[in-house]
Amino acid sequence: MLEIAGKSFHSRLMVGTGKYRSNDEMLRAIDASGAEVVTVAVRRVNLDRADELGILHHLTPDRYFLLANTAGCYSADEAIRYARLAREAGFNDYVKLEVIGDKETLLPDTTGLLEATIVLAKEGFKVLAYTNDDLITALRLEDAGAVAVMPLASPIGSGLGLLNPYFIRTIKSRLSVPVIVDAGVGTASDACLVMEQGVDGILMNTALAEARDPVEMATAMRLAVESGRRAWHAGRMPRREVAVPSSPTEGMLR
Amino acid sequence: MPRAGSSHHGSTCEGVMQLVINGDARTTAHAENVEQLLAELGLDPRAVVVELNRVIVRRPLLASTPVVEGDQVEIVHFVGGG
Repeated sequence: MLEIAGKSFHSRLMVGTGKYRSNDEMLRAIDASGAEVVTVAVRRVNLDRADELGILHHLTPDRYFLLANTAGCYSADEAIRYARLAREAGFNDYVKLEVIGDKETLLPDTTGLLEATIVLAKEGFKVLAYTNDDLITALRLEDAGAVAVMPLASPIGSGLGLLNPYFIRTIKSRLSVPVIVDAGVGTASDACLVMEQGVDGILMNTALAEARDPVEMATAMRLAVESGRRAWHAGRMPRREVAVPSSPTEGMLR
Repeated sequence: MPRAGSSHHGSTCEGVMQLVINGDARTTAHAENVEQLLAELGLDPRAVVVELNRVIVRRPLLASTPVVEGDQVEIVHFVGGG
């Protein structure tokens, strides 16, 4: 069980809802992933298409835990504004806090992120902070009141996989709050490797939405997350620079 | 910007008003309050969140929060995102 600020989840896989080719495909992929936590973004209503069904029509809040993000925000003030709007929608007081610092890499502005975390935590928000794989920032975010810290595996939407297993492992070993790796996972082996570092969960979007078959990839990811978690539980053998035979060296024919 | 003197009671002339909604100047039928404005725009108040002049209008207050000529209104909802 994954527990975040007192709320328990069976699945350690969280998924986004962006960039799918259709709502139907998205729903089938989410279903196959087994995810309970699904992320959504806050945007202006298109007034010329006011009769269009919103995403909430498809994602019933009694079935999924809606986690609003502050994606696209480039300052603490902007992210705080989006978080407040999201909370007013009335589903919960959790927010996936993003304060982006650079348009090309979408890497986080950790100064703005800390500032926004402090303000929002004081307002009673349960902040899940999207950050880089830096231990010191992760520790500061925990101190600032984040209920979970979400270091990246690699940049958002890059699919480059886990670039720095050591840093992710270090963050996990030093924090008390859940560590959920967010962004960069491209395929099932990436997800498995992330979970083998001992982290509490993974959030992904593009790896599913841009797969040729999102539903099949969602199944693969569900299995990979479970597999990686079990491998971590099992405790891997040590790495050696020399071969050690698996068959007895005794009893050979002379 | 509203014309001088027009902002206190809203503009009732010809039953329309000028607002800035989601960043665009827009002429809408006169609305007394935010709830009426949403109805005018064909929006379900349970599916959106409204900011009036940068202040969030809490749902229970939609009907009692007046809208006046020149107000800046932001209407947001959830969309797909990661």
